[in-house]
Amino acid sequence: MPTETTPRLELRSITKAFPGVLANDQVDLTVMPGEIHALLGENGAGKSTLVKIISGVLHADSGDLLWQGEPVTIPNPKAARALGIGMVFQHFSLFEALTVAENIELGMDHSGNRRTLEARIEEMATKYGLPLEPRRHVHTLSVGEKQRIEIIRALLLNPKLLIMDEPTSVLTPQEAETLFKTLRQLAREGVSILFISHKLGEIKALCHTATILRGGRFITSCNPAEESPKSMAEMMIGERLTPPERSDTDHSGVGRLVISNLSAPAESQFGVKLDAIDLTVRGGEIVGIAGVSGNGQSELMAHLTGERLAPSASMISIDGVAVGRKGPSDRRDMTAAFVPEERMGHAAVPDMTLVDNALLTSHRRNGFTLRGFINRLKSEGYAQIVCDAFRVKHRGIRHAAGHLSGGNLQKFVIGREIEHTPSLLVANQPTWGVDSGAAASIQQALIDLAQGDSAVLVISQDLDELLTISDRIAVLHDGRLSQARPTGDFTIEDIGLAMTGHEMADNTGPSEQNNTRSAT
Amino acid sequence: MISVDIVVLTIVSIIGATTPLLIAATGELVTEKSGVLNLGVEGMMLMGAVSGVGATIATDSWILGLLCAAAVGMAFSLLFGFLTLTLMANQVASGLALTIFGAGLSAVIGAPLVGKRVHRIPDLEIAGLTDLPIIGPIFFGHDPLVYFSLISLAAVSWFLFRTRAGLALRAVGESHDSAHAIGYRVIRIRYAAVAFGGMMAGLGGAYLSLAATSLWAEGMTAGRGWIALALIVFAAWRPLRLLLGAYLFGIFWIGQLAVQGLGLPIATEFMGALPYLVTIIVLVIISRDSTKFLLDAPACIGKAFHPTA
Amino acid sequence: MLTLVPRPESSKRMMYLSPIFALSATIFCGLVIFSIMSFDFATFTFTSNPFDPLVNFFYTPLTGRSGLTNLAMKATPLVLIAIGLAMCYRANVWNIGAEGQYTVGALAGTGVALAFYGVDSWLLLPAMFIAGALGGLIWAAIPALLRTRFNASELLVSLMLVYVATQLLFFLVYGPWKDPDGFAFPESRVFHTAARIPQLFEGSRLNLGTPIALLAVIGGWLLMGRSLIGFQIKVLGAAPNAARFAGFSEKKVIWLTLLVSGTLAGIAGLIEVAGTIHQLVPVISPGYGFTAIIVAFLGRLNPVGILLAGLLIALSFLGGETVQIENGLPKAAGSLFQGMLLFFLLASDVMLNYRIAWKRHRPAPRKIAQ
Repeated sequence: MPTETTPRLELRSITKAFPGVLANDQVDLTVMPGEIHALLGENGAGKSTLVKIISGVLHADSGDLLWQGEPVTIPNPKAARALGIGMVFQHFSLFEALTVAENIELGMDHSGNRRTLEARIEEMATKYGLPLEPRRHVHTLSVGEKQRIEIIRALLLNPKLLIMDEPTSVLTPQEAETLFKTLRQLAREGVSILFISHKLGEIKALCHTATILRGGRFITSCNPAEESPKSMAEMMIGERLTPPERSDTDHSGVGRLVISNLSAPAESQFGVKLDAIDLTVRGGEIVGIAGVSGNGQSELMAHLTGERLAPSASMISIDGVAVGRKGPSDRRDMTAAFVPEERMGHAAVPDMTLVDNALLTSHRRNGFTLRGFINRLKSEGYAQIVCDAFRVKHRGIRHAAGHLSGGNLQKFVIGREIEHTPSLLVANQPTWGVDSGAAASIQQALIDLAQGDSAVLVISQDLDELLTISDRIAVLHDGRLSQARPTGDFTIEDIGLAMTGHEMADNTGPSEQNNTRSAT
Repeated sequence: MISVDIVVLTIVSIIGATTPLLIAATGELVTEKSGVLNLGVEGMMLMGAVSGVGATIATDSWILGLLCAAAVGMAFSLLFGFLTLTLMANQVASGLALTIFGAGLSAVIGAPLVGKRVHRIPDLEIAGLTDLPIIGPIFFGHDPLVYFSLISLAAVSWFLFRTRAGLALRAVGESHDSAHAIGYRVIRIRYAAVAFGGMMAGLGGAYLSLAATSLWAEGMTAGRGWIALALIVFAAWRPLRLLLGAYLFGIFWIGQLAVQGLGLPIATEFMGALPYLVTIIVLVIISRDSTKFLLDAPACIGKAFHPTA
Repeated sequence: MLTLVPRPESSKRMMYLSPIFALSATIFCGLVIFSIMSFDFATFTFTSNPFDPLVNFFYTPLTGRSGLTNLAMKATPLVLIAIGLAMCYRANVWNIGAEGQYTVGALAGTGVALAFYGVDSWLLLPAMFIAGALGGLIWAAIPALLRTRFNASELLVSLMLVYVATQLLFFLVYGPWKDPDGFAFPESRVFHTAARIPQLFEGSRLNLGTPIALLAVIGGWLLMGRSLIGFQIKVLGAAPNAARFAGFSEKKVIWLTLLVSGTLAGIAGLIEVAGTIHQLVPVISPGYGFTAIIVAFLGRLNPVGILLAGLLIALSFLGGETVQIENGLPKAAGSLFQGMLLFFLLASDVMLNYRIAWKRHRPAPRKIAQ
């Protein structure tokens, strides 16, 4: 007989091995009814594996799973849904070309006919304050709206346990606050929530209990309200945190990167148009661009690398030369360097060796090629230098880049650019999905580069990161970029508002507002 | 000078030229909607054509001939499915292999059948209707596969866009990772779609050897399998446009024969090349707008799926 | 239950072992097929030794005075074409219309030979080579243009052009180029001596075409293995976004690979008509352009591998002819063998990126441990 003291879900000694990795090693977890339970850990700590076991996507090698006190097996996601386990995925499990209603129907086992389903969607949307139009095609929706589909799909199953994997990473602070209201309401109704996030401030504010995993093992449980974000972070990584160090430098250097009035139409229906972007990055400073992903970050990045050309040359200048119509190689010739967001298949070729990947962005640099032929010794030497300087853990530079872990590959990619000491470095999400050790060393490398009088532009969704490393921050929303302001000049709330399209509170006088941005 | 009879005859032959393309393309449409690109249509059609003739001669029944062609086409597509879905081989290379292998195998097993005639699949005679002037031969005098081609296209259209199973199939073609995450059996659904495509290609091939002609000849599909693939691009993966495209193509195919028949002073070889040139032109017109093209195509087409951790 | 476990990176060893697996499996299947064909189910005895056709297929063609010469002559066009195709496939450019490029190359070379019929100049043969190369190049430039300019699938366009090329060949050989003294046979005049590719040795049919194919192997190896262009081709094929990021032009690579492969196929066609057939006839290829696709894959898209694979596939052509004569089996047994080989190769290639492991079934839920 389930009672209020019977756990909703209990995991005992769950073990799951993948080739070469023990992803979960005898993990225990207990979630009570109506409890918001945080699952904490670094990338690779085993959170995702554990969640996939609970939702039936993966199967444990050994261990017991108890649902409301009864031992169960969950062979597939359908069985999980039948028990009352709802799942909101980190990488949305949505179908872009289908409608909202079709997407929801696909995730339900008994959806009834389309019209009743649409009515139920709207009813659920009103009840929890998650407005959604059932007939819209998913690719026309914003990231926040897409997440609502996932949540409503899960809620329509009347779940007893709702699993949310990094739900706020794509939300503005305000949107996240709305989500928390919904989650608290659900918890009051008795729904258990397993909440995975690396934003420790959120967890402290929202969760009743936290379970901490490290290296696939259960470390401890705690009450987040009684901990500080710093203490929880130290439990996660198992050592003392050393935040990146920086000394205040003089940022009055020359404008190495000047973007002036950059506008570009959306490339496809899935794309975002860029609207009159102005920004100057000077030697010696790090400028951060904040914003929820999908607001033009990848479009801006493509224009900066030269993968997409600007409508006119003068829209982008590097060291005073108009490069808007020049391709990536010409921009690299001016000692600019770039780190795109996607490591696999964009910044690096996973099937090629580290030596070949070193050549990828260095082929125009001195000595790497000779009369059209590759100087293998040179790229081998360079790959080795990068690996040594950035402490990349690898099995040998003649092995494929795909064998590196995410953090190590990112260190390699960043190192490959920084070892050339570029005068300008543009990095998009440089620490995304990277463990905190690697993230700290990457951030330190960016800071060190800027202190050598290079200009550094970092596009990131991680506000904490930008606040730590940037001298100035601008916010990108719907293809428009706000004024860049010194980091100390505003609060997280200011940035959050700007991320939803509000102009940042202006305190520098009317002259700054005289740009085309306000004329839509 | 052109009599009504000739017009009627031309329309009837257009329908005959269109039907094998339409049957094969309908099958491939389902395969591609599930995210699998099977370039082996030509090979499967050849196997269907030869096994249809073989089985009809052996059993003296065109129904068994068609069933055999469908089964052989399906078996061939499952071979492709095993390579690409289970063993995750490159779909383009495997499809080419299927075509090369099908051409070779059909030539080997068809060698003893060359020169043998079978009875054509009889036309359906509908009392009172078939005898109507003009309308009769155009609408009511065809072999059963002509009606089958239209019904199956309508059924596929209904299945894909009106049923839940069809929604699941399209979902798998759009994002196999998402479909897997919410619990759909991606590989199983794709096997079913590939098998259906193979069955239809086999039938399309058998139409050529049992209905359009009544014999087996080596390489008799003459690139129709490839044209069926091009038709799907032309149709932007939509059933109604597939129907239009197939009939447009049938008109060109018959047009070349008609020009030859009328003895116009145009080299027969030029007219013979025309269907292929038209295909190229159509491809160019359709593919020109690359963003639209990307939006129409199933997002996962040609990509291997391995359920990762 | 057998499951596939991904390898962290693809296995070099399997890269070389996989063609050997594929060949073994093909020979085994060939034996099974030959056994069935020579088995009398009424008396449950073999009517002939099933190993006979197998020996005739793989060994007999190599024996005799001209065995190796025949092999080299069949391998020459296959290797030439496959070197170009391998470049395309490395870049994910799907040129499957080499048969058409080969045909147009042969036509262009023939055109020069017939236009200067009887002219005895050493310049004639180089002119024919240039014409042949240009013919193939132009035929491959069409899919390149339509792909880069209009985004049309090069796979379908290049294939459609095979049929167009065949019609062009028929038109010429049945029409304007038919031998005026040929009793209405669809054949061109026989090329005069100056328009024939010279033989390498007295008394052997082996001609200059074979060394040209070997040069192509070396050139292909240098280009793909050592040059920046080869690197660009490989990056584009492996990760198109990374290629764009690196500043490599996709269009340039599409043009380059298609033009090079078209040129090589055109030269192969020219070598066949000017070196082997010495006239234009309605059938000038036993499907070299399509079979070269198999050669390219079997050779691991690697020039040296292609040389070996070309010899093996050439043997299958000869083997098909031998079993037809000696064992009364259909000649298409050769293409059957080629198809099987490609299938088995694709199947065993799974071991490049995956390990096959034996996995226990999921354990049943255990009683709650105390």
